[in-house]
Amino acid sequence: MYPSRITTDPTLTTALLEVGPWLSFLSPELASRAQFGWAITIHIVFAALSVGLAPFLVYFTVQEVRTGKERYARLRKFWTKLFAIGFIMGTVTGIPMGFMFGTNFAAFSETAGELIGGPLSFEAKMAFMLEAVFLGVLLFGRERVSDRFYAFSSVMVALGAWLSAFWILVVNSWMQTPRGHEVVMENGVPIAQLVDPVAAFFNPRFPWMYVHMQNAAIISVTLLIAGVAAYFVWKNRDSEVWNTALRVAVVVLLLTSAFQAIHGDMYGRHVAETQPQKFAAMEAHYETGSADLHIVAIPTELDAITDPRADNLYTISIPYLASFLAEGDPTAEITGLNDFEYESPPVAWVFWSFRIMVGLGFWFIALGAWGTYRLWRGGLADDERLLKALMVSAPLGFVALITGWYVAEIGRQPWIIQDVLTTAEGVSPALSSSEATLTLIAFVIGYLLLFGVFLYVFKRLLDEEAKRHEVGIDEDDRPDAPGVIADD
Amino acid sequence: MTRLLSDSAYLLESLPEIWFGLVVVALGVYLLLDGFDFGLGILYAEATESERQTMLAAFGPVWKANEVWLVLFGTVLFAGFPAVYANLLSRHYLLVFAILFALALRGLGSKLREERDDEEWVRFWDACFVVGSITSPFLLGVFVASWVLGEPSALAVGPFVVGLTIVVLTVVLGAAFLGVKTDGELRARVSRRGQLATATYLGLFVLTAVVLYGRYPELQSTLLSGSTVAVVAASVAFGAGSIVSFSRAWFRTAVVAAAGLAAAFVVFVGTLLYPWVDPAATLTITDAIVSPLPLNMTSIVAAIFMPVIVGYFVFLYSLFSGPTPATSY
Repeated sequence: MYPSRITTDPTLTTALLEVGPWLSFLSPELASRAQFGWAITIHIVFAALSVGLAPFLVYFTVQEVRTGKERYARLRKFWTKLFAIGFIMGTVTGIPMGFMFGTNFAAFSETAGELIGGPLSFEAKMAFMLEAVFLGVLLFGRERVSDRFYAFSSVMVALGAWLSAFWILVVNSWMQTPRGHEVVMENGVPIAQLVDPVAAFFNPRFPWMYVHMQNAAIISVTLLIAGVAAYFVWKNRDSEVWNTALRVAVVVLLLTSAFQAIHGDMYGRHVAETQPQKFAAMEAHYETGSADLHIVAIPTELDAITDPRADNLYTISIPYLASFLAEGDPTAEITGLNDFEYESPPVAWVFWSFRIMVGLGFWFIALGAWGTYRLWRGGLADDERLLKALMVSAPLGFVALITGWYVAEIGRQPWIIQDVLTTAEGVSPALSSSEATLTLIAFVIGYLLLFGVFLYVFKRLLDEEAKRHEVGIDEDDRPDAPGVIADD
Repeated sequence: MTRLLSDSAYLLESLPEIWFGLVVVALGVYLLLDGFDFGLGILYAEATESERQTMLAAFGPVWKANEVWLVLFGTVLFAGFPAVYANLLSRHYLLVFAILFALALRGLGSKLREERDDEEWVRFWDACFVVGSITSPFLLGVFVASWVLGEPSALAVGPFVVGLTIVVLTVVLGAAFLGVKTDGELRARVSRRGQLATATYLGLFVLTAVVLYGRYPELQSTLLSGSTVAVVAASVAFGAGSIVSFSRAWFRTAVVAAAGLAAAFVVFVGTLLYPWVDPAATLTITDAIVSPLPLNMTSIVAAIFMPVIVGYFVFLYSLFSGPTPATSY
C-alpha cells in the first residue's frame, strides 16, 4: 500500500463495510476516477458556457449601451438569464470537484499540494470572487448602476470566467507536463516541492491547452447561439433580434473552428513529443513503426469498438501522415502501445473520443463556411436546410468539448501526474470501495437530475422567447414608435 | 526580492501561524456571510408567500458571493496545509459530500422555485431550500467540531451539539440580516425570533463547553484558560447586545452583535485547535505547513487580493443596501 500519514474513519467505514458487499463492485480507484470523470463531464458544459458566453455578453451589453438598440438589450437579457443558470449550475457542480482532490485523491493532494494548492487558491481569490460579485450586479443591479458601470460589470464577469479557466488549466497542464518541481521523500511520502514557479505554471502544455480550451468553449457557445437563433429565424424570418445573433454567430463559428483545426494539428505534434503514449492511443497504434493517419475509422466487428487496433479497422487513411504530424518526417518511427513500460490508457475511449472530436470539428468548419457564404451572397434567413442543420448542431460543440477532455485526461492514464505519480498511487489510501461507490451513485443521479433541470429551465427560456415572437413584440428597435406592435 | 522568493526561509517568521489564522478567518467569514443566508432560509419556513418573495430578493444578489468563501476556506487550507486538506477531507469522506449535497439543495431550491407557476413545484423547492438551509450549517458544525476535537468519526456527541449550536447561530445572523433588509410584520417577527435564537444560542454555547469539558480531558486546561473565559465573556456580552437590539428594532446593531457572536465562536475554534491543525492526524502547524517558496508566493498574492475581496463585499453590500422591495427580484 502507498505510504501515507492519512488516517481512517473507523466507525463510518465499519458501518459501511456491513452493507459493503452490496456496494463494493468497484475498486476505490475506479469508483473515484469514474466519479471525477462523470463530475467533469457535466461540470465542463457549464464551465464552457461561462467562458464562451461571457465575451458574447460583453458584446451585446456594449452594443446595447453604445447604440441604444432594443435588439441588443433583448439578446443581452436572454443570454444573461442562461448565463446565470449556467453559473449556478457551474458552481454547484464545480465546488465538489475541488473537494474531491482531498476526499478521493488525498495521496495526490499530499504529493502535489505545493504545486496545485497555490493556483487553486488564486482561482478562488482572483477569479471566482470577481465573477460572483459582479454577476450579482449583472443580474440584480440593472436599475441600481449606470449604463457604463453595467457594461463594466459584464467585462468583469468575463474576466473572472477567463481567469478561472486560466488557473484551473495551470493545474491541469502541470499534471500533463510537470516542470519546476523536485520530488523528495517526507515521512515516506513523496512530495513534489516547488522550486521554480514560473516553470511550473507556464509549463510546456499550458499555452496549448489554454488556447485550445478557451476556443473550444467559444465554439460550443457559438453553436448554441447559432442554433437558438436559427430556430427563431426559422419561426420568423424577419426577426431583427435573432437575425442579428445569427449573423454574428455564423461568422464567429467559421473563424474559431477553422482556427481550432489548425491549432489542434500543431497541438497534436506537441502531445506526440511530450506524451507519446497518449499520442499512440489516439491513433490505436500498437506496433512501433511509421504510422498512418486515420481520417475515418469504422469498426467492422463489435470487438473493435471496445478494443480498436488501427490494423483491424476499416479505415480511410493517409499513409505516413501520423508520422509526419508527429515528427515532420513521413518515415519517423512512432512508438507503439506495446512498447511502453507502463500499461496503456483505455485505448477505446481515447481513440473514439479523438475521432468524434475531430470529426465534429470539420463539421463545424463546414457549417461556418456555409453560413458565412449565405450571409455574403444573401439569403441566410431563407436557407431552411442551413437553419435546420444549425438547430441540430446546437449541442454538438459541447460533445466535441467533452470528448476532447476525454482524450486529454483518459489519454494521460495510468498517470495522475505524468511520469511522477500514477492514479492508483494518488487515490486516498483509507477510502473504502463502498464509500466511493456510494458517492459515485449519488453523483450520477444528482448530476443527471441537475442537468435535466438545466435543460428544463433552458426550454422555459426558449418558450418565453417564442411567446414574445407570437405577440409580435420583436421589431421594437424603432425609437420613433415606442410600444407599437409590428406585424410579423 | 531574494527573501521574497526564498526557498529556505519564510517571508515572516510567523508566516505559518499567520496562515493558520487565515484559515480560521476564512472559515469565520464564511460562517458569518453564509450564516445570513442559512438563517434566512430557516426563517423562510414560517413566512407567507409575499414575505418569501421579499426574503429571496434580499438573498439573491449576495448568496453566491457569500458561498465563494467556502471555496476560499478550502483552497487557503489546501495552499497552506496540503497534508491537512488531504487528511481531513478523506477522513470525513461521506460528511464532506453530505455538506456539498445540502448546499446544492439550498442553492437550487431558491433558484428553481421561480421557474414554474405550479403550486406543487414551488412548495417542493421551498421545502428543499428550508431543509438545505438547516442541514448545511448543522453538517458544517459537525465537520468543524470533528476536525477540531480530533474525532476520527462524525458520529459523536461533541460534534452533534456543535452542529445544533451553529444552526441556532445562523438563525441569529439571518434574523439580524432580515431586520435590516425588510420592514412591517416580517420585521416584527424576525425581531422576536432573533431574541429567542440568541438566548438559545447562549444556552447551547454553555452546553457545548460543558460537553467538551466532560468528554475531552485533553481540552480541559484550554477550556479553563484565559482565552476561553474571554470568548465566553464576549459571547455573553454580544448575546446581551443582540437581545437588546432585537427588542428595540436596532437591526444594524443586531448585525454587529451577531457578527460578534460568530467571531467569538471562531476564535474559540482557533483556541481549541492551536497549535494543532489536524489533531486526529497528529499534525501541528509546523508539521503541516507548506514549504517556504510556495507559502511566500501565495502570501504575496493573498496580501494583494484579500483587501480587494473585502472591497468587493463592501461594494456589493452597499449597492444592495437598505430594505428590499419585493418587486426588485
